[in-house]
This record gives sequence, structure tokens and C-alpha cells, in this order.
Amino acid sequence: MSTLEVSPAVSLPEQASHPVVNDFSIQVATVNGSGSQTANTVLMRSIFQMGIPVSGKNMFPSNIAGLPTWFTIRASKKGYIGRRKEVDILVAMNAETAREDVLKLNSGAAVIYDEPLKLNELRSDLHFFPVPFDKLVAPVCPEAKLRKLVRNMIYDGVVAQLLSIEMDEIYKALVKQFGKKKAKAAELNWGACKAGHDFAAKTFTTGVPYRVERMNATAGKIIIDGNAACALGCMFAGVTVVTWYPITPSSSLVESLIGYMRRFRHDPETGKATYAIVQAEDELASIGMALGGGWAGARSMTATAGPGISLMSEFIGLGYYAEIPVVVFDVERVGPSTGLPTRTQQGDVLTTALLSHGDTKHPMFFPCSPEECFSMTIEAFDFAEKFQTPVFVMTDLDLGMNNWMADGFPYPEKPIARGKVLDAADLDRLGGFARYKDVDGDGVGYRTLPGTNHPKGSYFTRGSGHNEKAQYTEREDDYINNMDRLAHKFEVMSKHIPEPLVTVAPNAKIGFVAFGTSDYAVRESCDQLREEYQIGASYLRLKGYPFTQHLLDFIAQHDRVYVVDQNRDAQLLGLMRLDFEPAVVAKLRSLRYYGGLPLDARTVTDEILRQEGK
Amino acid sequence: MSTTVTPPPKKVNHIGLEVVQYRGGKTTLCAGCGHNSISERVVEAFYDLGVNPYNVAKFSGIGCSSKSPAYFLGLSHGFNGVHGRMPAIATGAILANRTLMGLGVSGDGDTASIGLGQFMHMVRRNIPLIYIIENNGVYGLTKGQFSATADLGSTLKTGLANDLPPFDTCALALKWGATFVARSFSGDKKQLQAIMKTAIAHRGLTVIDVISPCVTFNDHTGSTKSYSYMKDHEEVLQELDFVPYFEDISVEIPEGEVRDVQMHDGSHLRIRKLERDFDPTDRFKALQALEESEAKGEVLTGVLYLNTEKPTFLDLLHMVDEPVATLPESRVRPSKSVLDSVMEELR
Repeated sequence: MSTLEVSPAVSLPEQASHPVVNDFSIQVATVNGSGSQTANTVLMRSIFQMGIPVSGKNMFPSNIAGLPTWFTIRASKKGYIGRRKEVDILVAMNAETAREDVLKLNSGAAVIYDEPLKLNELRSDLHFFPVPFDKLVAPVCPEAKLRKLVRNMIYDGVVAQLLSIEMDEIYKALVKQFGKKKAKAAELNWGACKAGHDFAAKTFTTGVPYRVERMNATAGKIIIDGNAACALGCMFAGVTVVTWYPITPSSSLVESLIGYMRRFRHDPETGKATYAIVQAEDELASIGMALGGGWAGARSMTATAGPGISLMSEFIGLGYYAEIPVVVFDVERVGPSTGLPTRTQQGDVLTTALLSHGDTKHPMFFPCSPEECFSMTIEAFDFAEKFQTPVFVMTDLDLGMNNWMADGFPYPEKPIARGKVLDAADLDRLGGFARYKDVDGDGVGYRTLPGTNHPKGSYFTRGSGHNEKAQYTEREDDYINNMDRLAHKFEVMSKHIPEPLVTVAPNAKIGFVAFGTSDYAVRESCDQLREEYQIGASYLRLKGYPFTQHLLDFIAQHDRVYVVDQNRDAQLLGLMRLDFEPAVVAKLRSLRYYGGLPLDARTVTDEILRQEGK
Repeated sequence: MSTTVTPPPKKVNHIGLEVVQYRGGKTTLCAGCGHNSISERVVEAFYDLGVNPYNVAKFSGIGCSSKSPAYFLGLSHGFNGVHGRMPAIATGAILANRTLMGLGVSGDGDTASIGLGQFMHMVRRNIPLIYIIENNGVYGLTKGQFSATADLGSTLKTGLANDLPPFDTCALALKWGATFVARSFSGDKKQLQAIMKTAIAHRGLTVIDVISPCVTFNDHTGSTKSYSYMKDHEEVLQELDFVPYFEDISVEIPEGEVRDVQMHDGSHLRIRKLERDFDPTDRFKALQALEESEAKGEVLTGVLYLNTEKPTFLDLLHMVDEPVATLPESRVRPSKSVLDSVMEELR
């Protein structure tokens, strides 16, 4: 017997006299491959167009068609766009999961469902809205084989009617979704949407206790997924060599990039590409090509997820030791092994920081939003060339694949910085160079590119022991000098990695340290702790690794610091343990979530209360 | 009384460089290693043809063979990568700078064992690169284990017999898209030099499998990659004569049955057939010849296949003519109006 069973004796709670405005979440349960993505996107977009902060999260299976998938839309007048645990309105389209979905709901939630599922028999403490989808779709979609795709649009109409979403905005969103080329498809879907709306208006005498009212909180904003934002960052960073191997959830990063580059990175006169994009045979090859490109002077990148990171390990060690710039995107998913390929996690942080055998350390950037996906990507390319080393941009499935509301991206102000590269004229002036000599005290040597037309231009790159002049050596002193210089270079990086964002709460004894998509839950949790429990909590959001002095200062200012990790083994905390003194580490506590869904604020708040003994 | 001694004029090639400028560091390989002869042929071919060494990029994987790029073309950039993954590094570098002349050196373990996947995909892409396989059928640097090109029944020094069939890298290269495929023997100076020069003139992927005996671990009786085995079993396909583009073609008119192939840079490869009729533009016949010679226990050497027409991977990518690596910001960062228009689409 299911543990989710609830007593049928519970009756419907009394409806609030005033509906809750612009603060609810809708969950749509469907099967994947049924075309529900369009209906969900249109619904989300129409709320966005009415000026209400909104987020959409797709929880989908690793499958092409026929397995359960859930899409959650959260509207929040306060601007919280993290995942919310509680579902207020369920649209139950999937017979397979409907029972469990309904039993999970909190008392008082609304259920819009396919009439034959008879979900109203399951509980008496919910608002039920049966809709005969098949009956409604037939007249508006004469072509029988299209009905499966079009019927989802009916629930958009029903939801719009129940929540007072303006139908004009639904129509606008629909047209945007289908584009000018698919006007016929848009009209067909619009017909279904109207049928749902009309049915709901005629049939349902009582409404839901939630409604949408126009606001002005989304003016000028865009909707974009993190992968597309990273792709735009790559294009505006001037990427020239892109190599990849398809893997969820990173594939759409390069696919978006291909789309943008085809439009905007061909020479207007010749039509020729100012870049190369290669789908490699595996991740070993994609990182190898990217390193070859970086070595020869290209701005090169590859994008992958955990399994690809594991495969790239050996080559990354070469990149570190031979000092070759490359940018690697890790759109993290749930591991270990194949894990849950379509669920989100921050599971590669520790592995990536120390990727490869021997003593290696790598800089990481932690964007938390599309805006940062764009700006940090550009920064990462400059950083890789400045420090001549592989740089990792760590995002996750939640950020990469979900649609986010964001501010429009500002055009990069700084010109592209290519780092320390000597050309033939420089060599004439200098009379030569030593590839791995620390001339400037920052641990970064000068390099030349193959093809430099100068007798003093060449050097030999190798992953085996080398001295300042890039010559083969197995000498103890040469080895130690070189490794110490690399360690020094890493220290210097901490002065150049993006600084954390610190919010200090007055008189706060506790603080949070988090990164990436944990930001949304942590910020909302800070508000919950203050408003509901009068607990002040400060917050430091990390934007990169190596750690900076700011983090140490923040820890010093608080009694206990909760390090938020979306992984089982407290990987960020583990990294801090490696880098910090025991007295600092003693103040750290771990707050973890690793179920594969985006972290929600209530989970954070509850865990703080538990650990704080409140 | 004083006499003035005029030093003899230095011998230079047609771009004014001496042969010494094509040499590299002192070899650390064993005396008599076939790989050293191949390095010598590289030096001669690049010197003779007057290739600008500053424009050459050398690539290798891991192993004895992969050390050898340090022993030639010291004025060229070199990249000694990881085991079996030289093709990926070379591909990336050539994409970054398509004007480079790429020269890859790999071994049989590097290419046919750990690196077989990357080798095959490089072949499939027809990346413009000279790919030399220094093939001795054995892992030298780890002291004498079989590689995947060791022949069925051949033995190690310990007497252990190989009971798996070999990969024929030339057959693989032929079947899947390399545009210049040749096999040679490190002891055959003239043939190897002509093949090397043709490779320099070729536009596309060259695969040269050079049987290069390992004097320390695989030169004994029972080895099929030894000097003596090659002496007895080499079957030379053709006599090759390479005429570079800067020499007057009309001076020498060869006698007998000669096929003249004009290379992309205007050079000519003259192929005089020996005993058998062999058309080096016929891929199918080349595969057949390899099969037949293998069955007879012969090692067929010479030009197996040459295709000067097939587009390279760079052609397929439709890239600009200059190296993308060094394009100025104005050509790689789209304008503000592009960003603004993309933002508008997303609103």
C-alpha cells in the first residue's frame, strides 16, 4: 500500500475569500513526446507577458516518448523563481502518474484532469475540474493524427480561464512560439485553446483560489535557457574552434551555438565561416581537438557533462601541465556513472577542481543565471588565455536546460584579451624567449603560436617533464621549480576570479555559502528564516574557484557557516576543507540536497531549523 | 705572407636554408632503430623541397616513435601529446590555423591499439596532415609487448607467439577515406624519400605506414618486422620519382611505362610500374593487392592510393582562408546591434 494514501474523510478546506494573487505554482503532468512542451511554454510566457515574475522547470525522463514528465510553472510577485515544493494547481494528463500526483498534493489544491481518469474519487479535500479533452479536441482538429499534439493546448485555455490569464497574451505567446512560418499550426492550437477556455467558462461554477493580475515586473526582460546564454557568450567571446560530443544536458549549448554562429559569424563578403565546429567521435577527441586549437592560438571550447568530464581527465592534465588555454563547459547532471541523466546536480565540483592524475588544480566559474552564463563565459575565455590553462564553466541541468527570466545581456565592454603571445616582431626585439619562464612574477610564461615566422619562434610542447625552455628534463630541481610556478600561478588566479557576492544580515550568527542554482533557494530561504522564524542569515554566493579572501572573511564574521551543496558528499565543503585551516573548517556545516530536482527554499529552511535546533 | 681562404659557399635549398636548419635534437633512440632513418628522410624531404620550417607543426602521441619529432625540424613547433590521441590535437591545431603544414608521427601501438578510434576518425575526415606510422609491431618503451599490427604467428623475443590477426593500417586508411596511402620500409631510402615528398605536396590526409624495425625488441628470427624479414619479403610495387614544382619537368623524360600524377602544388609524382600492373588511383584494386600480398606473406610497399581531387575536412567546413586563430576582434565578435536583435527575439 502506498505511503501516500490519505484519509478520504478529510473535507475541502474553506476557500479564502480573497484569492491569492500572482503567487502559485502549476504542475503539468504529461508523457514526453506528446507535444506538451509547446503548451507549457505558451502558458509560462503568457504569465511573463502579463508582467509577473515566472519560472518554468521541466522534469523529464531519459527517454524519447511515452514516459512521465512534469513541467512546473511558478509565478511569484516577490520574484522568487526557484523551484517551489508545493503544487497549487495540478494539470493531470498522464493516467500513469495521476493517482500518485493527486495523492501528493496539499489539501486545497486544484486538479484539472482528463475526465475519464475520475481523479475526483481519490480525495475530497481538493478542487477538481474534469475536462473531456478528447471530446473537445475532435471538432477543433479535424485531422485525427494531430489531435494528440493539439489536445494539450486545451488545458492552456482551461488554466487561463480559471486563473484569469488574458487570452490575448496566450495568443501572442502562441504566435511567438510557432513563428511566422508555422502560422497554420498556431491557428490550430489557438482553436484548441479557445475550446478549453469556453468549456471552462461554461462548465465551472466555482473557480480556484488563485489568480493572475497584471504587474510590471518583467518589462524588458528576456526568457532564455542557460545553455543558449552560454552559447551567446561563446559567440561574443570570439570563439573560433568548437568541438563537442552530444551528451545531456550539454548538447543544446553547442546546438544553440551552431544556430547563432550560422547566422552571425560568416564573413559578409565571402559567406565563409570565421570558426570551425566539429562534432567529435567522443569526449577524448573533443577535448583533444579543443586543446590542439588552443595551442595553435584559437579561442577553443568544448561542452560536456559528468561522464565526459571523466573521459577528459587525462587530456585536462596535459592542458594544465603544458599550459594550454581552453574553456570547458560542464553542464552537470546526476551521477555517478550514467546516473539520472535528465536530473540536476552539482556533482562534479570536486572532481573537476582536481581533474586528472598528479598534482592538478583548475579554475572554475559558477554562473547562477543566464546573465552570468553570458558574462562569465566571456570572462572565462579571457581568463583561459590570460593564465594559459583549462578553465571550467560549471552549470547544471536546471540552469542549462530550463527557461529563465533574465535581464537583457549587455554588450561586452572590454575588448578581447588574448594573453601573453609573442609574434615575430616581439621575438626580433627580445632575441628569443623561454616558454615556461616566469618573467612577470605571475607564474604565466610567454608563448608563441605555431606558424610564427621566426627562427626563434618554436618550442616543443610536451606532457612529460620540461624546464623553463620547454626542454625535456627529469631533474628534481627542474620538476619542483615548474610545479611550484604552477602552484603560484593558481594563487595569482584567486586575485582575478570573479569575486563572491556577499549579503550580510544585521547581527547574523549564521551564514550561507552557496553557488550556482542553489542561489534561488538560498535567497528565498534567507527571507523565510527572517520573516517566519526571526533568524538572520548572511549569504555569500561563490562565483568561482580558487577561493578568495572574501570567503575567509565571511567565515570569520559568523559563528556557523552552512555550505550548500547539491550533491551527497558535500563536495564544495570538501574543497574548502582541502584549502582552509582546521580552525576555519571547524565553523563549517553542510547543507545538502541530492534528489535530482532543483533545490527549493523550504528544504533549505527546514534543514537550517533542524541543525540550529529550532 | 697572408693568404685568404674563401670558405666554400654554404649549400642551401631554394628558400635559402641549410640542411642543418631542418635537423632537431640528438636522438635518444637505440642505435640502428628504424625510426632514426625515418627522421633522416623527413629532414631530407623538407630540406629538398624548401618547406618553410616555421610553418610546420609536428604532432605525436606517446611511445618511441612519438619521441622522434624532437629529433627533426627543430625550428618547427612540436606537440607531444597523450597516448593514441595525436589525431585530435592535430585536428584542433589545423582547424585553428589551416595554413600550417601538419606532420604527425605515431607508432603502431599509438595508432592501431590505443589510438585506433582517433586514427579512423581522422581518416574519415581527410584532415590535411602527413601521418607517419613508424610500425615495428611492438611496444618498445615498455620493453617489448605485442602491438595490434604484430602479424599472426610472429613471436616476441621470449618466444611467445601472437595468436591474433594484425590491423593493416593502410587497408583501414584506404577503406575509410585517406587520400594518399603508402607503405614503405625504413631501410628503403629512395622509396621513402619519394613518398615523403609526395606527402608534402599532397593536400589531404597522407597515411604512410613505414615498417621500422625495433633492433632491441623485435629484430629476431620469428619477428615479421625485422630487417632480415623485410629483406626477404618486401614486394616493391613501383619505382617512384618525385619532381618538385620548382624544377623543370621537361628536363627528364622517363622511359618505359610511367604514370605521371600532378600534385596540388604543381609537383609531379612519376610512378614507373615494376612487375605487376597497378593503378594507384583505384582504391578497390589497392585493397585487393594488400589482401593478396598478405595471403602470400609479402609486404607490399610503394604508393597504394593517391587521390588529388577529394575535398578535405577544411573544404567541408567552408572556413575563411586565413587562420581563424588570429582573426581580429572585428571579425569574431559580432556587433552590438546583433546582440540587441537577439535580445529582442527573446523578449
